[in-house]
Amino acid sequence: MALSESTTAFDVAAVRKDFPLLARTVHGKPIVYLDSAASSQRPRSVLDAMRHYDETTHANVHRGVYTIAEEATRLFESARVAVGRFVGAPDPAHEIVFAKNTTECLNLVAHTWGRTHLHPGDVIVLTEMEHHANIVPWQMLAAERALEIRWIPVDDDGQLVFDDLEALVDGARLVGLTAMSNVLGTINPVAQVAEAAHRAGAVVVVDAAQAVPHLPTDVTAFGADFVAFGAHKMLGPTGIGILWGRREILESLPPFLGGGEMILDVRKDGFTPNEIPWRFEAGTPPITEAIGLEAAVAYLEGLTMPAVRQHEIDLTTYAMGLLRDRFGTDITIFGPPDPADRGGVISFALGDVHPHDISQILDEYGVCVRAGHHCAKPLMRRLGVNATARASFGPYNDEADVDVLAEALQHAREFFS
Amino acid sequence: MPGLEDLYREIILDHYRSPRNRGELECPPAHRIEGFNPLCGDEIVVSLLVEDGALADIKIAGTGCSISQSSASLMSAAVKGKSVPEVRELIQTFKGMMSIHEATLPAGDGGKSVGDTLVEPMAIDINAIGELAALQGVVKFPVRIKCATLSWNTLAQGLDELGET
Repeated sequence: MALSESTTAFDVAAVRKDFPLLARTVHGKPIVYLDSAASSQRPRSVLDAMRHYDETTHANVHRGVYTIAEEATRLFESARVAVGRFVGAPDPAHEIVFAKNTTECLNLVAHTWGRTHLHPGDVIVLTEMEHHANIVPWQMLAAERALEIRWIPVDDDGQLVFDDLEALVDGARLVGLTAMSNVLGTINPVAQVAEAAHRAGAVVVVDAAQAVPHLPTDVTAFGADFVAFGAHKMLGPTGIGILWGRREILESLPPFLGGGEMILDVRKDGFTPNEIPWRFEAGTPPITEAIGLEAAVAYLEGLTMPAVRQHEIDLTTYAMGLLRDRFGTDITIFGPPDPADRGGVISFALGDVHPHDISQILDEYGVCVRAGHHCAKPLMRRLGVNATARASFGPYNDEADVDVLAEALQHAREFFS
Repeated sequence: MPGLEDLYREIILDHYRSPRNRGELECPPAHRIEGFNPLCGDEIVVSLLVEDGALADIKIAGTGCSISQSSASLMSAAVKGKSVPEVRELIQTFKGMMSIHEATLPAGDGGKSVGDTLVEPMAIDINAIGELAALQGVVKFPVRIKCATLSWNTLAQGLDELGET
């Protein structure tokens, strides 16, 4: 087992103890969870906060005048402000909208902003490395409104090709991009794209589902107009997604779904929509999940995001080095060669062993990796593969996890040779 | 807890390493059909030549994992030369072998015991299916069932398109 030589500002061994799931075994072996890009594990503080809320405080929010209803409302709105501050929102109380997940947040933008601003012939620009969540809502709208979609290409190193950025965004009404690729780990220069997009008069939508859990994130520094991410990839619970939108744009938008909470008044002849952000939050929101989200934010703030980032650079450097040493030309690691250019995500091909088979053998070792197209089929086609295997890290992963991964991969290689 | 040897039988690995009936048939007279597994992106191309109510020839192309590739190879060997009704029956038998009686989630050793029992495969006549029985273990790995059935569903779709019953 290798000892860490790098300096990490937090004690990974102590962090691991905060995550109850990491104590379990799979097939009699300690679990090695390397699928945080799909969903992260939750620290005890998150689980406890949610249970405590459910056991002591739960009531519907924005409704009752009794004590626990007021407490629940205060906690729910406090989570909104906490997560908004975490990503640098200038006005978190108004600019943070809660939805079901990142996907719903992006659909919310397509339905509200898209339907009021996009007309036949208008141009949307996306990148070849988008997750389907930032492709399909726009394709649906494009089919409905006869829009044109242009693509920012990806080069062989997994970086966006910006030679013609000005030309690509010229005439565009909307530019959508991921801040960090869920497949390649590529960290995109969002601010650079946003600046060019704004010069062209386009609105900028950022899928930050992978970036927020792993990089210090500042929506103002992005210079974007909408930024979407989800709690369950940032040590929080499933069931709650977060959309930051620039206040003046949110103010101008119609509601998303119709129902309770999103209205100020309903008459037989119509309704008056609520103020932002509640205008976009029809129905009872994910309250317990918001409580969990605030606890997850607090946990990440305790670690500090620069330290989380440094930990992942260190671990990715170690993993890429070990895998290359062990497997040489037999392994292909997709994405930027320099760990400083990528998040803690390693997509790879090992010889001609299919990713499904790799994942199956790894499971015998308790190693959890993702195998498949990672909801990024246009990128898979660009890479010329049907699927990849992907190991991804969280703050609780250490070099021992990577060592087990390498051992298990060795076995997979031998099994299918 | 099922082990890897339940899944990766020697016959399966053999068909994976040396797939039978690999390639495509000239089309026409053959019929070409593509199948996709949306979960993993695997794709398979089945070429069928039906003559006088029988599957005169079949070829398999495409890419996929060892289970989908070996299942396609085993399928091609099993159905080639058979009458269409016999092929239909074999498809039914195979899909029966791959079906799960009740939806359960395998419980982990750290989890509760709910759904701890994995489902029993449907009772079938193992002797009637020959080498295909090697794929029986797949049913113990529910996420891999779609890998094993991809080629069979594609074949059935091809016969449907040809109007062959």
